[in-house]
Amino acid sequence: MTAASIDLKGLIAAVADVIAAHADELTDLDRAIGDGDHGLNMKRGFEAVRADAAIAEKPLPDALKAVGTKLVMTVGGASGPLYGTLFLALGKELPAEPDRASFAAALTKAVDAVAARGKSEQGQKTMLDVLYPVALAFAADRSMAEIVTIAEESAVATKPIKATRGRASFLGDRSIGHVDPGARSSALIVRAVAEVIGGAA
Amino acid sequence: MTNVGIVIVSHSPKVAEGTADLVRQMVGEEVQLAWCGGDPGGGLGTSVEAIMAAIDRAWSEAGVAVLVDLGGAQTNSEMAIEMIGEPRSGKIVICKAPIVEGAVVAATEASSGAALTEVVAVAHELAPANERG
Repeated sequence: MTAASIDLKGLIAAVADVIAAHADELTDLDRAIGDGDHGLNMKRGFEAVRADAAIAEKPLPDALKAVGTKLVMTVGGASGPLYGTLFLALGKELPAEPDRASFAAALTKAVDAVAARGKSEQGQKTMLDVLYPVALAFAADRSMAEIVTIAEESAVATKPIKATRGRASFLGDRSIGHVDPGARSSALIVRAVAEVIGGAA
Repeated sequence: MTNVGIVIVSHSPKVAEGTADLVRQMVGEEVQLAWCGGDPGGGLGTSVEAIMAAIDRAWSEAGVAVLVDLGGAQTNSEMAIEMIGEPRSGKIVICKAPIVEGAVVAATEASSGAALTEVVAVAHELAPANERG
């Protein structure tokens, strides 16, 4: 995988498509334990990213930063700054010509930045419960298919967790038994990205 | 304006505007006051862009105290302050306080010419002890 080999326009379209296709599911998950706007918010954000054709023309690190800024400005809700920070930090940490090792290091730092932004950690029923295992698997040279499986299993594994961060934490024990919407959207994005990058590799 | 400015950030534009009305009734025009509410699509939520604009409207060299309601309003406000950047970001503080009561006491304190740290301190006294930062 090299930065030049990544089809950025295709990557953005794939992520926007998967979010749009699952917007209702994300909203339903959020309605159960949050405020019921995650699907709509994420769809609005990634459609805004897709609509800005200039983003895909930029070098990878700058494009990621532009994606982050766009998400911050358009998503609304806490997921805007959280996903925005993920992409902003990833863009900031990546060298111009990243290889797998530098990408893995940047991804880990970007997930740490999300944790800092949300004042959260793994195990609190959030997107971090998917992003940390994914970053770890990526750093451990696991295949894209394995990473997709890890992401999806990690999202499902948020179901029995009691939320202690975010709106779902207001529900206490009643948050148990529902998949976290942020964990689910993270897993969806990982799958879309892996399919595009995996296909190019 | 030499008094600390006050910004109210709610998920609901009605809550934000109503809180601002209460503050105006208490302190008149003695403090710069701005509010925002609603997400970029017009639904319930908060918008980083709108928060940055509200901070601009309430801006004072003495600083700005921001009152927020639910978690997303705080996260978005933190992001907005970071994007405004230094040196102004160092003079913007998010209060850990209930939004309505916090806005009223912070604005009342600000209208007396109190410094930003004092304005924030009176608002923080309203927060439950376990939530004070």
